[in-house]
Amino acid sequence: MPLDATMRGIRLIGERTLRIVERVGATIAFLGLTLAQSATSFRRFGLVIREIFYAGVQSLIIILVSGLFVGMVLGLQGHETLQNYGSEQSVGVLVALSLVRELGPVVSALLFASRAGSAITAEIGLMKATEQLSAMEMMAVSPISRVVAPRFWGGVLSMPVLAMLFSAMGIIGGFLVSVVVIGVDDGAFWSQMQAAVDFRHDIVNGIIKSVVFGIAVSAIATFEGYEAPPTAEGVSGATTRTVVSSSLAILALDLVMTAFMLKGWN
Amino acid sequence: MTNLVEISDLNFGYNDRLVLKGINLAVPKGSLVAIMGLSGCGKTTLLRLIGGQLRAREGSVKVAGYELNHIGQRDLYALRRRLGMLFQFGALFTDLSVYDNVAFQMREHTDLPESVIRDLTLMKLNAVGLRGVQSLMPSELSGGMARRVALARATALDPELILYDEPFAGLDPISLGVIGQLIRRLNDVLGATSVLVTHDVQESLKIVDYVYFVSEGVIVAQGTPDEIRASPLPFVHQFVWGEVDGPLPFHYPAQTIQNDLGLRGG
Ligand SMILES: Nc1ncnc2c1ncn2[C@@H]1O[C@H](COP(=O)(O)OP(=O)(O)O)[C@@H](O)[C@H]1O
Ligand SMILES: [Mg+2]
Repeated sequence: MPLDATMRGIRLIGERTLRIVERVGATIAFLGLTLAQSATSFRRFGLVIREIFYAGVQSLIIILVSGLFVGMVLGLQGHETLQNYGSEQSVGVLVALSLVRELGPVVSALLFASRAGSAITAEIGLMKATEQLSAMEMMAVSPISRVVAPRFWGGVLSMPVLAMLFSAMGIIGGFLVSVVVIGVDDGAFWSQMQAAVDFRHDIVNGIIKSVVFGIAVSAIATFEGYEAPPTAEGVSGATTRTVVSSSLAILALDLVMTAFMLKGWN
Repeated sequence: MTNLVEISDLNFGYNDRLVLKGINLAVPKGSLVAIMGLSGCGKTTLLRLIGGQLRAREGSVKVAGYELNHIGQRDLYALRRRLGMLFQFGALFTDLSVYDNVAFQMREHTDLPESVIRDLTLMKLNAVGLRGVQSLMPSELSGGMARRVALARATALDPELILYDEPFAGLDPISLGVIGQLIRRLNDVLGATSVLVTHDVQESLKIVDYVYFVSEGVIVAQGTPDEIRASPLPFVHQFVWGEVDGPLPFHYPAQTIQNDLGLRGG
């Protein structure tokens, strides 16, 4: 009997793993299809601009506010810890590096996934459920090139901008708490930050991360919407899966990229 | 007269269950042909086969000279440009205004300047009596209005073949008559050919040239509206005159009610 239960357990783990691998593979295949049909998006860039606008507007406020709060908390915690070593003037460095390298790209991508990503999934899923995608196919217009690709590129292009805004707000938040409230010297705050933040290693790497996250979130969001069962439950399940899978993808990709970036790429 | 649509010995099923069995039908150029039957008898499936959204398992589906069983993507899209389809629930693009819905195919498939597109779009909307709602969004329309807008959109590029899926479903008697008249008029004015799938017998008998009756995936009767009205076949009689019980039983097949209610062995 216990052997039976163990076997069942192992089989279950195997099945689950296979299903996850299959899902990842299908998402990547769908991403390939989207890229192959992206010509329209660039020939008629207005379609993409429109999606950037929607995705941006949807996520902008939450990203600005969250950035401010995260920066303030970093300022508080950083000051508290650095004080013990008598180097509270370095709080600007700590805030800026944490944000630009990690928290900016990661947290803004997580917020983007739950705000804009789920909205993209729901919109495409509903278009499918109400036969709008079939109707488009019957008009000899490919839904991938007309509906999916512009949303994909809209997400990919807005992600780095949102991440940078997040970091900028965070630095302002850190400044407010440590300089204005606590009273760290503001000259030291800014000059140490400028000296410590490297353009290539910190800012460019941060942008690379957010572009990769943008690709992952947009591919997952469009795939889940396009593959959603055409019912109310189907679409609501798909939006949940978008948020869960995107979040896991963001954190896993972050680990891999961080490891490479710290080691250098070769 | 040549046939625009020709279906011979068609078998089609989803998974293991055959939905259409041994269908033979022809739609002559210029005519308006109805396919009637109860909900679930396979009408939408048949229409999707004609539109190339599904592939026949056995037999052949020919539309405008193309054999749809082994048509390539390019030819299929070329064929679809000559084809208009009205979906059961309209399937208007919910993110576009009424005007943009009707103009959609002109923008996708032609290089016409915006001023010409504007004139054509307004003419199409005028033909269905809805020039006045051009700036509304689909969510702001009543069911009957949405159906008429969908009709204007389906005919935007003056298609040779128009497919209608349940154009009368869920309409009040007045809208119903309006849509019926529009379908007949569009067919004649555009010199198009139309296939109308419906379970609304009375309304469609008024406007069509020829009728096929489908029951459980088989064509059980065919003829002109007069022949159908006078048909002695019990099934057709029941259907045309809306009788509750007849060859088509009121009860879906089930075990005996005694069994279901636990009254075994009374
Ligand atoms: N995508 C599908 N997968 C499996 N079965 C389907 C699918 N679409 C329709 N069916 C089944 O095929 C039969 C015919 O459906 P349909 O063509 O939509 O009927 P109608 O339009 O005449 O109401 C129904 O029994 C339906 O349950
Ligand atoms: Mg149907």
